[in-house]
Amino acid sequence: MKKALAIGLAAAMTVSMSASVYAGEEGGAGVAKEDLKVGIIYIGDENEGYTAAHMKGIDEMQEELGLDDSQIIEKTLIGEDEGCYDAAADLADQGCQIVFANSFGHETYILEAAGEYPEVQFCHATGTQAASSGLSNMHNYFTNIYEARYVSGVVAGLKLNEMIEDGTIKEDAAKMGYVGAFPYAEVISGYTSFYLGAKSVCPSVTMEVKYTNSWASFDLEKECADALISDGCVLISQHADTTGAPTACETAGVPCVGYNIDMTSVAPDAALTSASMDWGVYYKYAVQCILDGTAIDTDWCKGFADGADKITPLNDKVVAEGTEEKVKEVEDALIDGSLHVFDTSTFTVDGKELTTYKKDGSDTEYISDGYFHESEYGSAPAFDIAIDGITSITQ
Amino acid sequence: MSKEPFLQISKRRNGMKWQERLGVRFIALILSLIVCGAVIVALVKMNPVDVYRAIWDGAMGTERRMWMTIRDTMVLLCIAIGLAPAFKMKFWNIGAEGQILIGGACSAAVMIYAGDKMSPVLLLIVMLIASILGGMIWGMIPSVFKAYWNTNETLFTLMLNYVAMQVVTYCIVFWENPKGSNTVGIINQATQTGWLPQLFGQKYGWNVVIVLILTVGMFVYLKYCKQGFEIAVVGESENTARYAGIHVKRVIIRTMAISGAICGIAGFVIVSGASHTISTATAGGRGFTAIIVAWLSKFNTFIMIAVSFGIVLMQQGAVQIATQYGLNENASDVLLGIILFFLIGAEFFINYKVKRTKR
Repeated sequence: MKKALAIGLAAAMTVSMSASVYAGEEGGAGVAKEDLKVGIIYIGDENEGYTAAHMKGIDEMQEELGLDDSQIIEKTLIGEDEGCYDAAADLADQGCQIVFANSFGHETYILEAAGEYPEVQFCHATGTQAASSGLSNMHNYFTNIYEARYVSGVVAGLKLNEMIEDGTIKEDAAKMGYVGAFPYAEVISGYTSFYLGAKSVCPSVTMEVKYTNSWASFDLEKECADALISDGCVLISQHADTTGAPTACETAGVPCVGYNIDMTSVAPDAALTSASMDWGVYYKYAVQCILDGTAIDTDWCKGFADGADKITPLNDKVVAEGTEEKVKEVEDALIDGSLHVFDTSTFTVDGKELTTYKKDGSDTEYISDGYFHESEYGSAPAFDIAIDGITSITQ
Repeated sequence: MSKEPFLQISKRRNGMKWQERLGVRFIALILSLIVCGAVIVALVKMNPVDVYRAIWDGAMGTERRMWMTIRDTMVLLCIAIGLAPAFKMKFWNIGAEGQILIGGACSAAVMIYAGDKMSPVLLLIVMLIASILGGMIWGMIPSVFKAYWNTNETLFTLMLNYVAMQVVTYCIVFWENPKGSNTVGIINQATQTGWLPQLFGQKYGWNVVIVLILTVGMFVYLKYCKQGFEIAVVGESENTARYAGIHVKRVIIRTMAISGAICGIAGFVIVSGASHTISTATAGGRGFTAIIVAWLSKFNTFIMIAVSFGIVLMQQGAVQIATQYGLNENASDVLLGIILFFLIGAEFFINYKVKRTKR
């Protein structure tokens, strides 16, 4: 009897203790606004499109939440090496309650710091390991950029249609070129959605992809775009961070779709639009979580519906007639959920429709209800399948 | 009217006393800081003293920052020690980048493939030996060509840097983690096998010990060993060396083997003791920066400690002034460039006398 009582008591204590710990983590106890400090680690600086987009997001967050400049500590040009760990640990030492890092290769170093500073929240953009790390203070975030790429693909497809109609190109010559950074899922998912967007309005379109093996190299991207144009591509898009490709397109007179930032400043007569993200939506959300003392999603991924993705203003000088109406229609369909980017009835793999797909030995089934569920089981893009109509030159 | 030059420059016969030399360099340093200050005011209209203070704070402000600075100082110092014998021999080894990369890649390979196959201590020893051999071979290739066929070592060592980079790129294809990321990530993150352990409770304690042993060893080797003397003679004149009965070919190859081996150790210290990863940026240009360190120190390894520290201080401080004042990291490079310009310029006044012509 005594024993049973002891066990009962012990059990009750354990439950109450863990409950109080739980309350401490999740409930109420937020950080006062004036005590808040936010640290950000950038791979580049304001001269590089991808980082500039993140900086803009941080500025939006700062303005919206009314934070002082001294509460935002930004570290720029942090490489994907021990310097990233140094930066993260230094930010934690300076009293930041939340630390963001924006480059894919930063992840293992952020994990290292997250293990060392359990009381600080670490948020890593584009990464994949937060859920599997088992660390409650490690988070991944991304946006449904494939939605924005799909819409920008529609803009490209309409332009191709216009070129076919006015006789600039033959219908079977509607070949697009794509300047990719690395052969990762993030890039493959991006160009596939771009291609599917174009194909939805221009069925005869094909695409050629070349990689630069660098996230940001103006020269390589320019060379790559030139090579694609000389291969017969009549429209260029990119998943790389500089203005290299649009610069090549402006010279060659080939229309192009950019990434991250409006490209009309370097390609006023070639840029159609750019697929871009509004990181501010996440930064506001995550920092607000710290203020409220609520938990941050381990994997956060939002799209058009939440304003996290968009395309930059259409360049009226270049886009085909009727583009604006069509874009509106597609965006609305994405927002209300009636349109799925990776609808398996719209593409084939080796001539067959895709009915099942699992990755990396996991049991997660990505295809159901007639479409590939991108970014639903992890914030980073997962689609890495080579579909018909796209040729990619890997090395 | 005779055309007498306004200034007359002549070589100092007896050289300066060391106190005088130190004095000239100190004046140069002060002048460079004044010019830096003027540049800061002119470009960004900020108080230079604040900027200097931020640099110091960024590099030494907290214990962690101090250790980061020490860690990077040790790596730069290690490379400079490796370069010293080669440059003293007037063998222009600008291939330290490649020797570091190969050394680092050897360490990483052992960590990845043999991490769980032997005891931690043995593993570290195998890694160290692998790095030494890797760096040594990479350093010896151009020296053999130089010794036997008198090829140009400047170009040869430089080109081998790019070969080493491609070798590492190739290795990353097999080692990348996660697959498709094109980065190796932290190697053995969970088990920490192949990582240099803490020493005296300090994460980078071993780095300091290894490099300081090399510092003392190289100082003794160059100054008090017969081989060190041979290096100096070959550097001054190969013909003199030959006349004195020195086996020039052997000295060239042996010296570059040592030089490459120490750069290989630098690769080991970086991979095992600091970054725990390998990438084409592992050397990060430090193989070139170390050349300045070696020259400014006149191959005295103890002076190298101070010079390495000064350069790393500026680099670490750069992040801080970028964060605090929105000055780009490159601002710190500008300042470092000005300081080096003055320090190297000071050598001129140490070696030459400048006199106003009497009327």
